[in-house]
Amino acid sequence: MTTLEDGTGVCSKGPGNRERSSLRLQQAFITQNEADSSVTVWQSHLICLNFFKTSSQARRRPCFSLNRKIELYEMGWNLKDGLRECLVAAAPYGGPISLLKGHNRRSPSARPQLEIYSSSGLPLASFPWKSGVVKQLGWTVSDDLLCVQEDGTVLVYDLLGGFKRHFSMGNEVSQSQVLETKIFHSPYGTGVAILTGALRFTLATNIDDIKLRRLPEVPGLQGAPSCWAVLTQDRQSKVLVANGSHLFILDNTACTPVTPPGLSPQASSIVHMCVSFSYKYLALLTDSGHVWMGTSNLKEKLSEVDTKIKTPPKQMAWCRRPKSQQPSAVVMWDGLLIVVGECKETIQYHLDDDSILVPELDGVRIISGTHHELLQEVPGACEEIFKIASMAPGALLLEAHKEYEKESQKADEYLREIKEQSLLSEAVRQCVEAAGHEHEPETQKTLLRAASFGKCFLSNFPPEQFVSMCRDLRVLNAVRDYTVGIPLTHTQFKQMTVQVLIDRLVYRKLYPLAIEICRYLKTPEYQGVSRVLKHWACYKVQQKEESDEVIAKAVSVKLADAAGIFYSEIATKAYESGRTELAIKLLEFEPRSGEQVPLLLKMKKSPLALSKAIESGDTDLVYTVVMYLKNELNRGDFFMMLRNQPVALSLYKQFCKHQEQDTLKDLFNQDDDHEELGNLYVKASYKEQRLEARIALLQSAVDEYYKAKNEFSAKTTEDEMRLLRFQRKLEEEKGELLVGFSLHDTMTTLLSVGLHKHAEQLYKDFRVPDKRFWWLKLKSLAEKEDWEELEKFGKSKKSPIGYLPFVEVCIKHHNKYEAKKYVSKVTPEQKVKAHLAVGDMEGAAEAAIERRNESEISTVLSRCSATTDHLLMERLNRAKATAVKK
Amino acid sequence: ICFALLCHRTKLILILECQATKTCRKYVDLATNTDNANVKVLIDPKQFSRNEANGIIIIDKLQPRDFHILFVPRRSLLCEQRLKEKGVLNSFTNIDEYILDLIPYDGDLLSMESESSFRECYLENDQTSLYHAAKGLMTLQALYGTIPQIFGKGECARHVANMMLRMKREFAGSQTQILPVFDTLLLLDRNVDLLTPLATQLTYEGLIDEIFGITNGYVKLPPEKFAQKKQGEGGKELPTEPKKLQLNSAEELYAEIRDKNFNAVGAALSKKAKIISAAFEERHNAKTVGEIKQFVSQLPHMQAARSSLANHTSIAELIKDITTSEDFFDSLTVEQEFMTGVDTDKVSTYIEDCIAQKDPLIKILRLVCMQSVCNNGLKQKVLDYYKKEILQTYGYKHILTLKNLERVGLLKPQSTMRNNYPTIRKTLKLWMEDANEQNPNDISYVYSGYAPLSVRLTQVLARPGWRSIEEVLKMLPGPHFEERQQVPTGLHKKRQPGENRTILVFFLGGVTYAEIAALRFLSNMEDSGTEYIIAATKLINGTSWIKSLMDSPEENLP
Repeated sequence: MTTLEDGTGVCSKGPGNRERSSLRLQQAFITQNEADSSVTVWQSHLICLNFFKTSSQARRRPCFSLNRKIELYEMGWNLKDGLRECLVAAAPYGGPISLLKGHNRRSPSARPQLEIYSSSGLPLASFPWKSGVVKQLGWTVSDDLLCVQEDGTVLVYDLLGGFKRHFSMGNEVSQSQVLETKIFHSPYGTGVAILTGALRFTLATNIDDIKLRRLPEVPGLQGAPSCWAVLTQDRQSKVLVANGSHLFILDNTACTPVTPPGLSPQASSIVHMCVSFSYKYLALLTDSGHVWMGTSNLKEKLSEVDTKIKTPPKQMAWCRRPKSQQPSAVVMWDGLLIVVGECKETIQYHLDDDSILVPELDGVRIISGTHHELLQEVPGACEEIFKIASMAPGALLLEAHKEYEKESQKADEYLREIKEQSLLSEAVRQCVEAAGHEHEPETQKTLLRAASFGKCFLSNFPPEQFVSMCRDLRVLNAVRDYTVGIPLTHTQFKQMTVQVLIDRLVYRKLYPLAIEICRYLKTPEYQGVSRVLKHWACYKVQQKEESDEVIAKAVSVKLADAAGIFYSEIATKAYESGRTELAIKLLEFEPRSGEQVPLLLKMKKSPLALSKAIESGDTDLVYTVVMYLKNELNRGDFFMMLRNQPVALSLYKQFCKHQEQDTLKDLFNQDDDHEELGNLYVKASYKEQRLEARIALLQSAVDEYYKAKNEFSAKTTEDEMRLLRFQRKLEEEKGELLVGFSLHDTMTTLLSVGLHKHAEQLYKDFRVPDKRFWWLKLKSLAEKEDWEELEKFGKSKKSPIGYLPFVEVCIKHHNKYEAKKYVSKVTPEQKVKAHLAVGDMEGAAEAAIERRNESEISTVLSRCSATTDHLLMERLNRAKATAVKK
Repeated sequence: ICFALLCHRTKLILILECQATKTCRKYVDLATNTDNANVKVLIDPKQFSRNEANGIIIIDKLQPRDFHILFVPRRSLLCEQRLKEKGVLNSFTNIDEYILDLIPYDGDLLSMESESSFRECYLENDQTSLYHAAKGLMTLQALYGTIPQIFGKGECARHVANMMLRMKREFAGSQTQILPVFDTLLLLDRNVDLLTPLATQLTYEGLIDEIFGITNGYVKLPPEKFAQKKQGEGGKELPTEPKKLQLNSAEELYAEIRDKNFNAVGAALSKKAKIISAAFEERHNAKTVGEIKQFVSQLPHMQAARSSLANHTSIAELIKDITTSEDFFDSLTVEQEFMTGVDTDKVSTYIEDCIAQKDPLIKILRLVCMQSVCNNGLKQKVLDYYKKEILQTYGYKHILTLKNLERVGLLKPQSTMRNNYPTIRKTLKLWMEDANEQNPNDISYVYSGYAPLSVRLTQVLARPGWRSIEEVLKMLPGPHFEERQQVPTGLHKKRQPGENRTILVFFLGGVTYAEIAALRFLSNMEDSGTEYIIAATKLINGTSWIKSLMDSPEENLP
């Protein structure tokens, strides 16, 4: 059923061979075995299948996809017993492989050995297992190794065997012990699902943020279920479990029985199941040897195939390209591998050795004791180009280029043929795409050369696809290298992104390669080179054998030009590995003070932390340090430290102002800041309700002000005390509420109640300026409408404020009569205003004309009304005219 | 904006603004009054740490509601620690920050609305707001590209520039590739120009702010003038609620008159009135159906314009009542005398009289400070006299306020140094005798003669450059500096001929509406070649500014 075609088959296609070959065998692709090229140069790993039964069915699409098996590596490890009796876990996306030999041994004399290898079998780590019995190994999305122990403890190691942490899957698990474990990946991270001895499932969807969920009981479950799997549906992780022929879905709340549509009735038990990489599809294997394939929501059946083998398989996995139309799963028994698809027939492979299957996004990797292979559906573009007698544009272009290399005119014929159908750009696209799916650099080159050749005949063909494919392939070829051992396909690479690939390289400490790739792909510095360098530095600082100086220098030299380096993270690493001095040295390079401070505090370098916080300008950060210091240091040291940092000191003073007044006093005392102490007492005095205490506080303020040599403040405060005493005395004597009033208001109140003598006394005692006192008295008398007293006051002596205010105040209180009394006393300059104020137009005009002042005349004019003051206006206008002349 | 409460009502988020000073009790009240399971508390860390004592305990009692805490403008470790000490940190379902640095107020205006920024920087030596300013500028640069040139004058400006350069190093490597929008950043300390905010603003918007106070773009006006005049009802039911109006350039008429000198507003309003009534008259000319349709389609716009005109006419009347009063005239005269240097070294009779009549304290303080600033300090005798007068009249408690004013340099005794204000005034042409209010040709129109010092500095920087006024710059406090920031290659702006330069002017410590008007005037000048975008820690006027510096101990009484 398999037909191997020689590589020359491709070359033999020519224009003369144009009719469709009656031989309906199809050829996919031929690859060269890199590791052992001397044995067979053109050794084919291809299975070519033809399921076109009759010519009448010829137009139907083939019911089986083409598969190819590519040898990725000949394993570099040297395993005596192969993979037998090993717990094996291999990470997807070409990740590392871990082996635990003899994991069931319990005697301390023969401890099992945990080994970690790259995909090419190069050893990464190896150490004897000293903890409990391991039930399951698995890898996280960030290449950490999870070892699930019998008691539900999960130990986490990095891929170089370094212990990172451990966590428990809960009491219930540790009590009833782990029966089976599955480690799964979802958009939320890596999860762990455990079937306990009590036949209950416990699940954690993300091990970085553990939230344990215990799933409901499965009804009728007596012993371990025949098989189970974890599904991710509707943003929730669920468990699909088979008990005999019954199938249940367990979610957070319920256990729902389900039936796969169209499952053949002869089955009495489901013995194996697997879910596709994308969680979209499900395959079930029954004890009758049937493989049922359908969607994982169990709504649709895709196909069912009889494998004719009734023994339970070792492993089953989906092998399906994204977007492929056809379901295809791989089932593995001892020494046998069967690929099942849509048709009744299956493809069988013989396996020499114990192997494991590693499901991937676009295929299945098969790892055996000696080899590492990739089984996948042949990508569309490759099929188009390499199938026998293909007339696809890509195939023709490849042919054209070959002829061109041979300097044959046939090149032109092929080209013309493509161009006639205007399919040249399609041809180029096909060649580029196919190149991406090829593992062999030579083939990649051939295809890319052909694409490049085709591009010459196209104008305006966008170059991006070609360029980025060339770049991607260079990167891929580099990481696929035996020494690196990450056998990524182009599809996987695109899915995982460059960022993640860089991370993976960093985890493997392949810093130079990671940097090369970043530079080559022109990744922005802070995402690329800088990030790698940071990881390198974090690793570097943990190297105990080198001195602080050497490491600090090495780090600073390497990282000098890199932008966006976070030295604080490196310093934290150094501190964590017990190298405080190195950490401080490294922190010096950190440009972000905000990042320096917490670590410095942690390392108890508080003075440095304080100055760094101040440097940053972030006051919140300064407060943080200050508060920390306040708790750490004794008061004296704390104050001393603040004293050397004025910014911190003033911030702390602000804090104290609102929270701790007493501390504030101590601070001022320490600095002999008498002025501020005085202010503090003054402020405190206003909070005091009792007069005695208030005066006492003011007295303290006075003392401080004198010490501060602030005579004015001292005198003023003394005045204040004097006033308070006076107010209290009067309050007691006369029952007038006075305490707290200003001097001015006190006098006003006194005058308003007729206590003129007392007001006079204050006026003299406090040396109130005459002007102000006159204003004050004038206003309060007018307020009282005590016109008699006002007149007396006006005549008492010559008014220091003149008499215009008298006029105006009277008018304000609507007493024109009184106002007129003072008009005559007003100075000549203010006469006009005074007359106008009392509404005496004639008088105003008289005064203005007398003074021959133009602007005053105008003012009067503007106030005259044309109807009543006609004559007056004429006079004014005349006077104005003469005034102007002068 | 300081305090706001977010309530989740289905998907609608309501922001209720509270008075900053009423703080905790108020938001807790709001919290109890909402029926929602989710209550978000927006907290200004500073305000919070001051008032936490009476707020948080109440919150605790309100369990089992879901409380989320959002720090504004930035997360504060100090505050979190306080919450922890009070044992309520765990009561919050969610703790997050709502970064609010620069809030756009208008097309060309950004404000941090950090009320006490000036007080903190100059009085309390707390540079938190400067840190936020620098952060805000970094955000601005992340969005609009690195600003290649930074100029600055003053201690705070230096500090902000240093932090910016530092942060730039911190973010190195993660810069976005954006073509710079701003060519220059000018950082100005408020204490470089203490005079301008003290003077009474004479632009329309400035006067609205001086008289009624604009808060967060809104003004509250006495309602009488806005009463709907209905015939027959004889004004029985006058509205008692103050009329609240939003003021920004989205309103066509306001955009036109806001920056005019108030003396030119009347003419502008009457011109507008004529245009609008002419537009309404159009309807008589509309003969065909098409013409009528066109007229009708314009109706909403015309009606909006008419109501906007009515509003502003009313406001202008309110203002005119005040500006034509003798008091206003007298105090303006004194201000202008001070600014021109008349009798600044003697006790002013006008101030004396005002104190004697116990005019509002802030008015007195504004005038005294102004005299001190214009005289580069007052003679000790004069200063002590003023101080004594103020303390005797308004109460001894104001001694702390006076000390604050002295500390920030608004009041000071004359030193042995010569009064350099006249030199500054002459060199920078701060006083223009013939200020044209109707059709201004110089920024001095905004104060009817006085050209704001800060804006003059900005103007000189644009042309011919600060080198020409080196001497004057030395007289002003604080260092002046120039920094350059490397712009990634390929992002150097190639200016087309005739394309304007854009300068971002950042006022550290606040900006007045008159200064904004002056800068807008410069932007609009035909041959200026420069466009100004304005940013500030806060929009201030003399009154709010002095108020922020006052220390009245009574407030602390329970």
